[in-house]
Amino acid sequence: MNPLENVENPASGTEYFATQRTPKNYLTEGGHTLKSWLLTADHKRIGLLYLYSILFYFTIAAIAAALMRMELITPEGDMVTSETYNKLFTVHGTLMVWFFLIPSIPAVLGNFVLPMMLGARDVAFPKLNLLSWYLFNGGGLLALYSLVVGGVDTGWTFYTPYSSTYSNSHVIAMAAGIFIAGFGTILTGLNFIITTHKLRAPGMTWFRMPLFIWSLYSTSVIMILATPVLAMTLALMAIERLWGVGVFDPKLGGDPILFQHLFWFYSHPAVYIMILPGMGVVSEVITCFSRKPIFGYHFIAFSSVAIAVLGFMVWGHHMFTSGQSIYAGLVFSFLSYMVAVPSAIKVFNWTLTLYRGSISFNTPMIYILGFIGLFTIGGLTGLFLAAVGLDVHVQDTYFIVAHFHYIMVGGMVTAFMAGLHYWWPKITGRMYPEKLGQLAALTMFLGFNLTFFPQFILGYLGMPRRYHAYAPEFQIYNVMSSAGASILAVGYLLPLIYFIWSLKHGKKAAANPWNATGLEWQTPSPPPKHNFAETPVVDGPPYQYSAEEA
Amino acid sequence: MNFPLFPPEASQIARQTDHLLVALVLFSAFTLLVVFAPMIYFLFKYRRGKKADRRPVHLPETVIEVTWTIIPAIVFTGLFAWGANVYWAIERPPADAMEISVVGKQWMWKMEHPEGNREIDELHVPIGRNIKLTLASQDVIHSFFLPAFRVKQDVVPGRYSTLWFKADKLGTFHLFCSEYCGTHHSAMIGSLIVLTPDEYQKWLMHGAPGPTMAQEGEGLYRSYGCSGCHVRSTVVRAPPLEGLYGRPVPLQSGQIVTADEGYLRDSILLPAKDLVAGYTNAMPSFQGHLSEDDLLKLIAYIKSISDTTPTQETEEAK
Amino acid sequence: MADAHVALQEQFDEMPQQKEAATLGMWTFLATEVLFFGAMFLSYIVYRQTYPRAFAEASHHTIVLFGTVNTAILLTSSFTMALAVHAARENNIKWLFRFLAITIAFALAFLAVKGLEYRDDVREHLWPGPHFRPELPPQAQIFWVLYWIMTGVHAIHVTVGVGLLSTMAWMTSRRKFSATYYTPIEMTGLYWHFVDIIWIYLYPLLYLIHRYA
Repeated sequence: MNPLENVENPASGTEYFATQRTPKNYLTEGGHTLKSWLLTADHKRIGLLYLYSILFYFTIAAIAAALMRMELITPEGDMVTSETYNKLFTVHGTLMVWFFLIPSIPAVLGNFVLPMMLGARDVAFPKLNLLSWYLFNGGGLLALYSLVVGGVDTGWTFYTPYSSTYSNSHVIAMAAGIFIAGFGTILTGLNFIITTHKLRAPGMTWFRMPLFIWSLYSTSVIMILATPVLAMTLALMAIERLWGVGVFDPKLGGDPILFQHLFWFYSHPAVYIMILPGMGVVSEVITCFSRKPIFGYHFIAFSSVAIAVLGFMVWGHHMFTSGQSIYAGLVFSFLSYMVAVPSAIKVFNWTLTLYRGSISFNTPMIYILGFIGLFTIGGLTGLFLAAVGLDVHVQDTYFIVAHFHYIMVGGMVTAFMAGLHYWWPKITGRMYPEKLGQLAALTMFLGFNLTFFPQFILGYLGMPRRYHAYAPEFQIYNVMSSAGASILAVGYLLPLIYFIWSLKHGKKAAANPWNATGLEWQTPSPPPKHNFAETPVVDGPPYQYSAEEA
Repeated sequence: MNFPLFPPEASQIARQTDHLLVALVLFSAFTLLVVFAPMIYFLFKYRRGKKADRRPVHLPETVIEVTWTIIPAIVFTGLFAWGANVYWAIERPPADAMEISVVGKQWMWKMEHPEGNREIDELHVPIGRNIKLTLASQDVIHSFFLPAFRVKQDVVPGRYSTLWFKADKLGTFHLFCSEYCGTHHSAMIGSLIVLTPDEYQKWLMHGAPGPTMAQEGEGLYRSYGCSGCHVRSTVVRAPPLEGLYGRPVPLQSGQIVTADEGYLRDSILLPAKDLVAGYTNAMPSFQGHLSEDDLLKLIAYIKSISDTTPTQETEEAK
Repeated sequence: MADAHVALQEQFDEMPQQKEAATLGMWTFLATEVLFFGAMFLSYIVYRQTYPRAFAEASHHTIVLFGTVNTAILLTSSFTMALAVHAARENNIKWLFRFLAITIAFALAFLAVKGLEYRDDVREHLWPGPHFRPELPPQAQIFWVLYWIMTGVHAIHVTVGVGLLSTMAWMTSRRKFSATYYTPIEMTGLYWHFVDIIWIYLYPLLYLIHRYA
């Protein structure tokens, strides 16, 4: 207890966190000044900085989505011009992918809990960790600049020669933003890899690590190996735009398809950056709320690694109709089926984990059950797309849009919400309101399905994506989708409101409110600056839950 | 209010694709049942506070894991084979197909029939004939998408793509551009009109056709001065073009390539790329001088003389 | 040992752990770098396969003398860098500083030669765009776009290297290193050897292809 703590800076905005009369924690220790946050090297504070940043980008991207769904209520393009519409889906895609989804679980929750789960005081390179955040936001500012001065209309895929030659929008600023933010991602991945290798607590062997760490480790490998390829690809595209000549220029004999190969060599593995960490959260939450050790620990751990490796070999399935050779199409189709096997293994293992458990339906658990449902639908429709003959029909239609939203939103965002609720007591020292949490989780699940399930049908009917106006027979499903989007919006707003409310009025959280086994729960909530008063020693496997005692 | 689930089925491939879809939907429903029936059962049976047998049991982990690794892998291989089979049919145009040229540009489709008929954003075809489209783009990447036929092909600048279909239903069907191509992407739409063979003939005649594509190509062949070199007994020696199309061509690099549309296109635009064995690079590039339309006409001309014999003995080249 | 305690960061328990983390971190970063250059090398390979003739012709216009001199300079600088690391290991701070200074001098010489070469390239109308040498086939421009990007990105890496080496030299002069603690010198060395290796690939790919094509 430190009586001076509250006198120090009573007017600070962070006083919500500084729960009075509690021992020193990372929120109070080190000061309340803006500078103490902006120059912090504490992984927990950096995690929170990331949380604020991604919420900001998410809000902009979500507003763009809302405007698109409003436009699409009627078949005519009557609300915004097609130019504006094209800019809206580009903003939505670029910000959601690079400035929300990719950093969501890794940079927010991963940053916060990874060192604690390993029993470490911080990540291996704390200053580099802060630099990641600055690079991320430096890139974000450039992206915002491109929006403020007029926007970008290439779609998040930046296909040449449209992006390099024909578009009249601010492509270079946006590409530069993604380039810079990419180095933030690389440094985060680097930090996680080294931390996992070198900063594990005594007794924390590789196979005693929580599965969340395995998933983050696999994610980090993808981050460091795929992101630089994207950076260079976007640079080549931007240089072509700048000079008027370049390597993808068909007028010189260049090949626009090469751009697609390079782009998807990054962007397909990036899809796994956007789902593997979510799978890690599932393993943490499902064991805790069913009081069961995970079934098939080694298989789940290795399936993460398998996904990371196989994920690098399937990029060509984005290009089945691009004119690549038939044989390439067949090989990529086969490999795409194989990458589905490790995902299937995970789902089966989670299901069997519930057997003979003692299951409680707290908010994180509801989200996780939603995740398994939505991810399974997303994964199964992935099998439709891997069937190369069928993909020819649904490629570049709303079927694709529905499929990847089931994975990215139904999967990753749901898992992010689960993780945020699960670790919220640890992060803030306060409990969120449970009933409201459960309500929001169900609202999100229903809203999500109403928004995106009709899009599968729309896609099969033949409605192409990125269409500002469409044929009248597609209207009914578009109306359903837009209606669902408004429910989904309520589902997102609810947590925002009660999370903020809980900072001041939420019940104080104990060190281990869920009675969970991870090392992060063996330290007070919120944790002290260096996480542990003394370095913990690990003497057994993770998830030693007992359903009988619960 | 109706809730359509399938677009019109206007070809055999459309039906094959729909069968594959139905199979995948059934497989998915079965998988959901296999995963979620036990899950929901567990959620009820073992919810906290309810009496249940929760004593830990030892399950044969490795056996279970290997089983549910191998079974999906086998099923997936089967699905792969099925999808590959449909793809094989989609990607390989039959040899007897009627050929139509299509040029995509921001934001319209321009079709050209071999008889010389031209249309914009509309394509008339006869029922029951194999139709092969040769697709070119004047600017960015477009994609030619016929939902009723379940076929789609990206149209990439700098190369030709092909797409084939055989309509077995009369009527008017959607044509969409499905690769984002700029401001009016969603307006780059049109219709495919399937006619009976008689109606099609009538339509061809009614369209008051001018010269055929090959005839126009011949005009270009002369006006661009190609004829100056590609004939016998000229100062500059150039390979003869008669009987060239579809034949193997030995290159200076030692490779042998088939003289298809793509090869002819490259040889006109980038003459230095694939030099024919025994010739020097004397030809200027026509990059930037020829529109995609004219290029297609030139190629149509070269194709039209593929049955004639060369006027110049190729042996002389040695 | 007093120095060593100062240099141990709070997240580590002991010096060897910190050093292993730094080394592994540097190797991981270099893996990233390999993929970063990989995208360019892949583009190069694809187009050289497609247009071998145009690439050979375009490569003929590179200035082999400059390229060869720079190869010699960079290889020698890698040697002096290795000697600097060795000096640190031997606790020979005076020679550590000298070898760092020599390495910096070589790096600057490399950049100077590269600058002269760039000037000649521009004079020869080898900058891609409307003023590019008209007698070369259009695909030769692809070669030259790749030439400028690849050597340019490499030159940026050399410049970063100069910055790193200068920081190391400055820290050496401030007596920050000893035989017990010289991890930053080793890391800088790894980076510098990587920059060298990239050039070893660039040199034959850009300057020498017409010799056997």
